[in-house]
Amino acid sequence: MEHTPPPFFRRGPSLPARLAFFSLLSLVLLYADARFHYMEGMRRALAVILYPFQQLTDLPVEIGERVSEFFVTQSSLKRENERLRRENFVNGGLLQRQQALEAENGHLRALLDMRARVPRSVLTAEILYVARDPFTRQVVVDKGGSAGVQSGAPVIDDKGLVGQVHRVFPWLSEVSLITDREQTTPTEIVRNGLRAVVFGLGYDGALEVRFMPVNADIQTGDLLVTSGIDGVYPHGLPVAVVANIERNAAYPFAKITCTPASGVGSSQQVLVLSKGEPLPERPPAAEAGKRKKSKFRRPG
Amino acid sequence: MIRIPGFSAARREEILLSVRPGYVALTLLLALLLNILPLSGAWLALRPDFVALALLYWGIEHPRRVGFLPAFLLGLAMDVADGSLFGQHALAYSVLMFAAIAVHRRVAMFGMRDQMLHVLGILLVCQLVVLGVRHAAGGAFPGWWYFLSSATGAAAWPFARHLIAAPLHPRTGPQDI
Repeated sequence: MEHTPPPFFRRGPSLPARLAFFSLLSLVLLYADARFHYMEGMRRALAVILYPFQQLTDLPVEIGERVSEFFVTQSSLKRENERLRRENFVNGGLLQRQQALEAENGHLRALLDMRARVPRSVLTAEILYVARDPFTRQVVVDKGGSAGVQSGAPVIDDKGLVGQVHRVFPWLSEVSLITDREQTTPTEIVRNGLRAVVFGLGYDGALEVRFMPVNADIQTGDLLVTSGIDGVYPHGLPVAVVANIERNAAYPFAKITCTPASGVGSSQQVLVLSKGEPLPERPPAAEAGKRKKSKFRRPG
Repeated sequence: MIRIPGFSAARREEILLSVRPGYVALTLLLALLLNILPLSGAWLALRPDFVALALLYWGIEHPRRVGFLPAFLLGLAMDVADGSLFGQHALAYSVLMFAAIAVHRRVAMFGMRDQMLHVLGILLVCQLVVLGVRHAAGGAFPGWWYFLSSATGAAAWPFARHLIAAPLHPRTGPQDI
């Protein structure tokens, strides 16, 4: 590009000018998206256009699954059937007890004039694929806004909390896993009710409890469940098991690593719960300012 | 030494057919489809960025036909498909297009091995742009495997080149006349 072209070749603006124009445009988009989330509408429109292509690329995988399903042996089916029947039997018994307990809890809450717990609706969804962005931990599930998924809703599997719905498209939604670096989950220890905040680390298979004093009563093997005080997650979903505690008196906080209780990204099917009851009004800012500001993520 | 046809500069003597805009759009669309395949784990880390390769091909071979706009729009599509920040791929592909058009005369002079080095450099710059954007937005460094896709992209360059150029070879060679 060192020599100017003869005037009879129309070439438009120069190369650096074009680069500058498109870079500026993308920088504006980036800034608007990262800071103000202005781009959600445009993103949704583009996602609708991309949807048929995504279905097309999922086709080979689906066909492969169908074919492998076709070649399942009868003995393995029988074994699975037997196992499921046993599980169903046990779960049925537990469910009966739970119904009785729920009714009792409702009566007691009414007696004490406490707020009633709104039952959450449950939606089964299948994980389509792991999002390709290497900077985040997300999965894409096959239920979206048309099926009633709400942004910010908790997502669980059969063993515990998986994550939170991050972005809802008409037929798909993105779920931020609890291992995502920006994901924080308010929890409590089952053994003694001590509250803790679980942070994702940005890679698979590990979580961290931060801001826990060195002398806090927490042990290896403790189960952390959601505390329910944020109004996003219902109370009592298993989140993580404490794997390792480093208590170093030189630091104010202990370094606590945990392993997720659920199969985070590895489970095929997940349950998307509906969002919980709206929390009561927050106290006025002057009063809240004295306390430590809550940093829990609350999209939507 | 084994001579792979097309790996030498002699291939350049053949004049390819003129390119129709429909064909360019088709290759870019196919590259986008390859990019949104539901891969995970090691396959995802090793997957070359097919859209970047296709854009590089057109930027180097036909810089007057394919400009910044398709690169920008494909970048936006990739951002939506990946669930990443809106505009990070658009920025990276714009830089890629700039680099491709800027070096297109030089790359045409080289053999395939040196072309692959050029492609590796451009793809690395692209990934560094994305890394910089995510770093500014507060993301963590995902690990050195992140740059693997540039290496596989450069390794896939000869194949991408031949695949895209395959329908453009004239049906009758000079020996048939």
